[in-house]
Amino acid sequence: MIPIDNYIWLSTVLFSIGVLGVLYRRNAIIIFACIELMLNAVNLLMVSFSNTLNDSRGQVFVFFIMAVAAAEVAVGLAILVMMYRKTKSVDIDILNRLKG
Amino acid sequence: MNALYVICGIGIFALLAEIFSLKKWISYVALLGLAAAAALIIADWRSISYYFHGMMYFDRVALAFSGLILVVSFFWYWMSSDFFKGDEHVADKSSLTFFVVAGAIMMVAFNNMAILFLGIEILSISLYVLAGSNKQNLFSTEASFKYFLMGSFATGFLLFGIALVYGATGSFNITVISNNTTPVLSSAAIGTQGIPRFYFIGMLLMMVGLAFKISAVPFHQWAPDVYDGAPTPISSFMLTVVKIAAFSAFIKIFAVCFYRYQPTLQMLEQGLMVLTLVVANVAAVAQTSVKRMLAFSGVSQVGYLLLAFSSDGAKSAGVVFYYLAAYSAATLLAFTVIKIVESATGDSSVDKFRGLFKSNPLVAVAMAIALFSLAGIPPLAGFFGKYLVFTLALSNGFLVLTVLAVITSLVGVYYYFKPLIAMTQGEGKILLVSVSDRYLLLILIAINLLMGIFPDIVRVI
Repeated sequence: MIPIDNYIWLSTVLFSIGVLGVLYRRNAIIIFACIELMLNAVNLLMVSFSNTLNDSRGQVFVFFIMAVAAAEVAVGLAILVMMYRKTKSVDIDILNRLKG
Repeated sequence: MNALYVICGIGIFALLAEIFSLKKWISYVALLGLAAAAALIIADWRSISYYFHGMMYFDRVALAFSGLILVVSFFWYWMSSDFFKGDEHVADKSSLTFFVVAGAIMMVAFNNMAILFLGIEILSISLYVLAGSNKQNLFSTEASFKYFLMGSFATGFLLFGIALVYGATGSFNITVISNNTTPVLSSAAIGTQGIPRFYFIGMLLMMVGLAFKISAVPFHQWAPDVYDGAPTPISSFMLTVVKIAAFSAFIKIFAVCFYRYQPTLQMLEQGLMVLTLVVANVAAVAQTSVKRMLAFSGVSQVGYLLLAFSSDGAKSAGVVFYYLAAYSAATLLAFTVIKIVESATGDSSVDKFRGLFKSNPLVAVAMAIALFSLAGIPPLAGFFGKYLVFTLALSNGFLVLTVLAVITSLVGVYYYFKPLIAMTQGEGKILLVSVSDRYLLLILIAINLLMGIFPDIVRVI
């Protein structure tokens, strides 16, 4: 059996890739994907803890995260489309209008 | 608890009203429902209990904060009736507002990480839509997009923290987590002694996630932009209701759930507090738009709340409650005036407030009282809020931090006086103030004065 430590490291690495992606990429769709990667790293961690602890609550929580993430992406993509119609771009550098 | 049912019920009613063409009834039902829900909170005052198998817990603190949220939402709904009226999307906007309030009550009364997460998401997803509800305006779209990106990013941190804490304690329940001192799983790298290290990493990640939500510096970059870009009524909603909910969730997590580690967390909270007070107050000085200035002032108020919270943990709930009540009353009053000025002149820069004392005495007096209260000048509510925060910090021996907070609040006086000085000078054009707004202004002025002169009426916890 694979020890729990390896799962913790794997999900930490996935989460960090997601965080770095959000911070460094400029394309809004890639940023969405990176946020999804962060949430899925959490899901992996929850499921592996749940399995190791012999406790089903972690897996139930994962279902909540999945449902909420789907709702969030639905709203987010709608906002992105609204944005694209006005600016004809999905680059987040155009978001600097409000600064100052 | 019954209040939460009522709020969800009205949210669903507002959605159905679209189908059954009952649109013109929505605003009456909404106001009535908010008042009824606040009354139900008072009725529940003596029955402190757990709900849904210990998933939610309404104690005095949770009841008081939900009551505050409902009362503030009542006045907010009254204030923003123009925002809802005469719009084809009145049903959608109203129902989203009520889902925000439902999420806020869940964030106040959770006793399980799942409810905290669901509460935050119900509140946030509705707000992403509301922030972008002015579809013609690019700023509004931009605000909603920025809020969405930062909000879901913060949720990721919060969830990773929850997952790590779950791994260390084997539970999502606040009570179980706070009483846990023995590790529930062991392996070669984690060790078999004591709490595993990733528990503390989880605690820190949760602090980062919640610091985003309460907009404490350095996690505040989204806040001024979103408050400035969103439609004015929605900004005031985010500055009052959402701030109350986020801060009470912050208190519950770090003073109830992780109370064992309060001495360590205290230093982090004080670090956040110093940064928040200095950065937000200095940045607010440079603003020319009153709305954006109040956005920065909203960020800076988090610093004072953190000062109270970091000095005395769970015992600070009463002080934080009073401070938030005073701050919300003043912010609602200020935003009522901004809404009136904005609807007449198009924007809310300081110049638009020129000569208001001569042309519209009532509006100008209301703005003056709101700004005096935010600046903390006696006998208004804001003064007493700051006084309570400072005495709490001093009685716990934080002299240097209190002196810093007093200095930054003096900086605050400078920028709050800018619109005030503009109002006394020059000639302004006469603004149209509707009868409903006039009554609202009078009532909010009375509330601000009463809370300052008789502070005991809101010091319930």
